[in-house]
Amino acid sequence: MPKLTVNGTTHEVDADPDMPLLWAIRDHLNLTGTKYGCGIAQCGACTVHVDGQPARACQTRIGDVAEAKITTIEGVSGRVAEAVQAAWRKLDVVQCGYCQSGQIMSAIGLLSENKAPSDADIAGALDGNICRCGTYQRIKAAVHDAARSLA
Amino acid sequence: MFHALRAPAPVPSRRAFLAGAATVGGALVVGFHLDLPGTKARAAGAPDFSKVPTQPNAFVRIAPDDSVTVLIKHLDMGQGNTTGLATIVAEELDADWSQMRAAFAPADASLYANLAFGPIQGTGGSTAVANSWIQLRKAGAAARAMLVAAAAAEWTVPAGEITVEKGVLRHARTGRESRFGPFAAAAAAQPVPENPRLKEPGEWRLIGTTLPRLDSEAKTTGRAVYALDVRRPNQLTAVVARAPRFGATLRSVDDAAARKVRGVVDVVRIPSGVAVVARDTWSAMKGREALVLAWDEAGADRRSSDAQLAAYRALAAKPGLVASRQGDAAAGIKNAAKVLEAEFSFPFLAHAPMEPLNATIEKSGDGYLIHAGSQFQTIEQAVTAQILGTTPDRIRINTLWAGGSFGRRATSSADYIAEAAAVLKATGEKNPIHLVWTREDDITGGYYRPAAYHRIRAGLDAQGGITGWEHSIVGKSILIGTPMEAMMVRNGVDATTVEGAADTPYALPVYRFEVHNVRDAVPVLWWRSVGHSHTAQAMEVFIDEIAHAAGRDPVEYRLSLLQKAPRLSAALRLAADKAGWAGRQAKPGQGLGVAAHESFGSYVAMVADVTAEAGKVTVSRIVAAVDVGVAVNPDVIRAQVEGAVGFALSAVLRNRITFKDGAVQETNFDAYEPTRMSEMPVVEVHIVPSTAAPTGIGEPGVPVLAPAISNAIFAATGQRLRSLPLDLAALRGV
Repeated sequence: MPKLTVNGTTHEVDADPDMPLLWAIRDHLNLTGTKYGCGIAQCGACTVHVDGQPARACQTRIGDVAEAKITTIEGVSGRVAEAVQAAWRKLDVVQCGYCQSGQIMSAIGLLSENKAPSDADIAGALDGNICRCGTYQRIKAAVHDAARSLA
Repeated sequence: MFHALRAPAPVPSRRAFLAGAATVGGALVVGFHLDLPGTKARAAGAPDFSKVPTQPNAFVRIAPDDSVTVLIKHLDMGQGNTTGLATIVAEELDADWSQMRAAFAPADASLYANLAFGPIQGTGGSTAVANSWIQLRKAGAAARAMLVAAAAAEWTVPAGEITVEKGVLRHARTGRESRFGPFAAAAAAQPVPENPRLKEPGEWRLIGTTLPRLDSEAKTTGRAVYALDVRRPNQLTAVVARAPRFGATLRSVDDAAARKVRGVVDVVRIPSGVAVVARDTWSAMKGREALVLAWDEAGADRRSSDAQLAAYRALAAKPGLVASRQGDAAAGIKNAAKVLEAEFSFPFLAHAPMEPLNATIEKSGDGYLIHAGSQFQTIEQAVTAQILGTTPDRIRINTLWAGGSFGRRATSSADYIAEAAAVLKATGEKNPIHLVWTREDDITGGYYRPAAYHRIRAGLDAQGGITGWEHSIVGKSILIGTPMEAMMVRNGVDATTVEGAADTPYALPVYRFEVHNVRDAVPVLWWRSVGHSHTAQAMEVFIDEIAHAAGRDPVEYRLSLLQKAPRLSAALRLAADKAGWAGRQAKPGQGLGVAAHESFGSYVAMVADVTAEAGKVTVSRIVAAVDVGVAVNPDVIRAQVEGAVGFALSAVLRNRITFKDGAVQETNFDAYEPTRMSEMPVVEVHIVPSTAAPTGIGEPGVPVLAPAISNAIFAATGQRLRSLPLDLAALRGV
């Protein structure tokens, strides 16, 4: 059976290796913070970190990430993650909230590499994350706010 | 009928239904009405939501740990009503915001009906705060009085000497004080005061201030539970194969290959198609791909979008049903110095909430339990009870956070929840059924914002005054053919087709608004702002054209026609002022455009700043002004208007559902692409101070965006783009 290491714990998943990571995480490991939005890597709701890099779980086969360290929204920790989540709360970014796990995972990925992103950098890193409620103005402000708090 | 799941006959006894409910031919009929602030305001004064009993026990739970939980009778699909409704209670209770919690109320229309909907528990029409305003103030004030009475008894002091502030009961003379928690039980035993005193606006400490949303923590940690996250013991996941064209029916199914897919447990037929039931979502999806299906398409609608538009255009040239009229519009136009004429077309639109539609249903005790982002609880109870052969009171609903809706979850057929019930029944009610629509199901599955076509003619006199207005609207009624028709359609006119046009606040001397109801197989539904999503574009672009034809300033011209609409005028003035309209200077290819519109009893004006070049428009800034009466949570209001811009922008720029030979061409976010961050303008929101009863803001930000942008493009280029999505390919640039 394929193995998966998620948030520091290794699991065996009773599924074919071509199952998308998204459905293994949600339906087999019951970690439901990672969301299904489109299934074709257009919306970013399923964004997780694979070895620290943001990746779309809906287009990642579990057979390809057996050796990787996978982090979901439930497992994020550290200064950057805390700063991002605190900024999201301070600015009350969320509306329906469904996309926000993915937005936050992308933002953590960005700020882990780029300590002072410009508006263009933020759009570049988060343009693949759709928010149908249209919270983009606050997302952008929250990323800047988190960057300032990390400086 | 495709999709619209009619509950099968025989029907359970009438006793099974709620007061006001009956069955006709197997279809559900309930005493549903929409008493929306916007629809009645002009005719008979604002709807009266104040005649409600005082029910602290239904809405307020004070616990020994000092937490105060407000039971939320509405669905929160992102619009922030949990925060808004909790604010109203906290205000009258004099609670501290940090002790406030929210929980979704159970499905029970006897306690939790939407006062704007009659005997129906449900959410829509931007009514959550409006209909709850007095109800929750009374509940909060009564709970406060009961706490005070309990403390007075315990401290043996007069109740009138006890003050309450920020969650603390205090008796100054004896120096006694307590938080609420210790009196929770004693307060509950006090009699409920019938008419507790409500605060005067000058006494408000929380209303009108910025309070943190109650859902931010759960929604930034992945802990918020949406229906798609429900995991019941032994639950199975179902996906449904539905007809490729509206109006087609299933002829045969070969499920041999599907049953061999790893994880697939069962394949069953339900009214809307064939359900593949599996131990996880991916296996169910793979099983569905392996089905071999044959469809009877004799009754299928095989039209393409071009033919549909041509048919609408032809209809508009014929006389229609009169929605509103005054005087002789034709004569007014005949005698005009100048006549303007324009047509506007609008496509079908999918709602595409981020959380794909889904529900979980299970056998529970002597009834059933549904877990869903439930928007019309009472209807969902009645529909599923019919399917499962029980009574609505035996259907419990666990309402959960909804990942958007924009109207899609509010159907009179309870469509996707009914599917879950049908699969549960077809599989012998053994396992909880978690029914999931894929994104492709969502985009291609109908229940669209109706396509619409407007044709307008107006006459102008030599001074630019309007001498007459003729307006024909073609579209499919949302309500005709549904159980709501009998209650909500008058003389063939569905108000949701013509709202925002036939009741225009502009002072037109003579006018005639007509409507043509199209009948076809495409299921249609309210889409955030409903009829206003197209009528505002037609009205506000055409008024702009008239202002320019008259050689008048678009803001000044509108104001001259809005002298009897002071609130809309004030919003328009505020937006124009904050946007620097009067002193505006634009670079080549840049322009400001304005629009103002009332919907759902709220008044919104926007000024858009756009840059137009050949084939491309960039919207850089939106300045909005809104009047929603008392602004309960100003920051939530600002967020809703910011979000309305983000939501509506992609419908202005590109979104459309296209039919080719009856099949929907867009299937996912690649071809039906919502707004992305890089396209999002800066949005400034200004709130008109008001002491009027609060209205709603979930929808009213949407209608004005398109005309503000369209009018800005005209200012930038001199080119009129009227139809939506904007025909950017035709934009020549400067």
